[in-house]
Amino acid sequence: MSDVKERVIEIIAEQAVLEPSDVALDQSLDDLGVDSMGLVEAIFSIEESFDIQVPFNANEPEKSDFDISSVATVVATVERLVAEQAD
Amino acid sequence: MRRVVITGSGTINPLGHSVPETYEAMREGRCGIGDLDIRDVERLSIRIGGQVKGYNPDQRFNRQQQALYDRFTQFTLIAAEEAIAQSGLEFSGRVAAESGVVLGTSGGGLNTQDENYRAVYEEGKNRVHPFIVPKLMNNSAASHVSMNYNLKGPSFTVATACASSNHAMGQAFWLIRSGAATAIVTGGSESMLCFGGVKAWEGLRVMSKDACRPFSANRNGMVQGEGAGIFVFEEFEHAKARGAGILAEVVGFSMTSDAADIVMPSQQGATRAISGALKDARIGAEKVGYINAHGTGTAANDKTECAAVSKVFGHHADEVMISSTKSMHGHLIGGTGAVELLACLMALNDGIIAPTIGYEEPDPECSLDVVPNEAREAKISHVLSNAFAFGGQNAVLALKTL
Repeated sequence: MSDVKERVIEIIAEQAVLEPSDVALDQSLDDLGVDSMGLVEAIFSIEESFDIQVPFNANEPEKSDFDISSVATVVATVERLVAEQAD
Repeated sequence: MRRVVITGSGTINPLGHSVPETYEAMREGRCGIGDLDIRDVERLSIRIGGQVKGYNPDQRFNRQQQALYDRFTQFTLIAAEEAIAQSGLEFSGRVAAESGVVLGTSGGGLNTQDENYRAVYEEGKNRVHPFIVPKLMNNSAASHVSMNYNLKGPSFTVATACASSNHAMGQAFWLIRSGAATAIVTGGSESMLCFGGVKAWEGLRVMSKDACRPFSANRNGMVQGEGAGIFVFEEFEHAKARGAGILAEVVGFSMTSDAADIVMPSQQGATRAISGALKDARIGAEKVGYINAHGTGTAANDKTECAAVSKVFGHHADEVMISSTKSMHGHLIGGTGAVELLACLMALNDGIIAPTIGYEEPDPECSLDVVPNEAREAKISHVLSNAFAFGGQNAVLALKTL
């Protein structure tokens, strides 16, 4: 498991009040019970953990360059942002 | 029951430094939102706002006054001067004892806090100016109005975030209607456009980076503004006896709480506030010709507000005009309801409905007549002004022509 993936799952698990081992990649944030405020807090933690900027506007989540449809898509997006940061 | 009328209005906001300038901008659908000109703006991701432009405090206030007046107090005093002058009221003797000041603000002296935290934390200074506390306190604007105009009755400040000035004006209305006061200088002021103020809002991810487009399908958030709107509310017989010009009668007010979520609005809370104001005013919804919407341009507010209006107004929802002037001046947070009340007075007195500018695409979930992009002429007799705050605190005012 990549470090990014592990850390993102930890962050989401914290918002969902679950153990990281109980978070599955195919689950949506909704499934995990993470509401809009939990999402904004999770994004803040992600930005702080990886020193990246996550493009996300709560008014138009579908247009943001940050796919929140599942844990896997969140992980993939963060991995991409971290890679871009390294470039 | 005693009747309450408005006999004076004043403002300074992103659209103008006076009421006539603001009316002109609202008639023309002019946008007062632009690039923020504040310290460290390059460290912000949100770089637009409705700033008061062309304002130099040195031209209005001397050095001693500026040591005590935060920017939100300065805006308040400028708007109060215009409102009280228009009312023609002079506060002495019994009238002074029975008159007060009730203002709304959310951040109070936020610029003063921002500047002085910088001084002690960033610059490592070990002392700040001796008047920081009286300058930053939320009631300082109300106090300075009271002191400058000899208002000796009830004076206080209301803080209910984005509904602060509607709550304040509602309290002013009640104080006069109940017999506790003869006249109240009321409204609200806000000046949060400083690095810390904008940075805090950025975190919520509800701010737009380009424009405030309420009710438009492509809206992408709110834009902050700054400024003040101040009014003189006066007992009707008192105003009539002295031959005062009357701008409108305040006929209804309602406050409700969502008791649900700290940021997400509730349709039920909004619905109860709107219908409560109509009930308090003893008018049917079909009487209302115009609603000044809360209309923040966020996905959450606009849908909820339209659903609430549709619910209360039923078939009449298709006929009532509802616009958000935040599209022009931005969201003045604790001062917003006060500046927006000007759009209500313009509708009642000049028969001109201020538009919702920046409207580009219809949204099926906001399918009301939002007066898109261009002001409209209409003769109307009754208006509502909505405010729905973070924290679920809602306040709606009802006004009519005399």
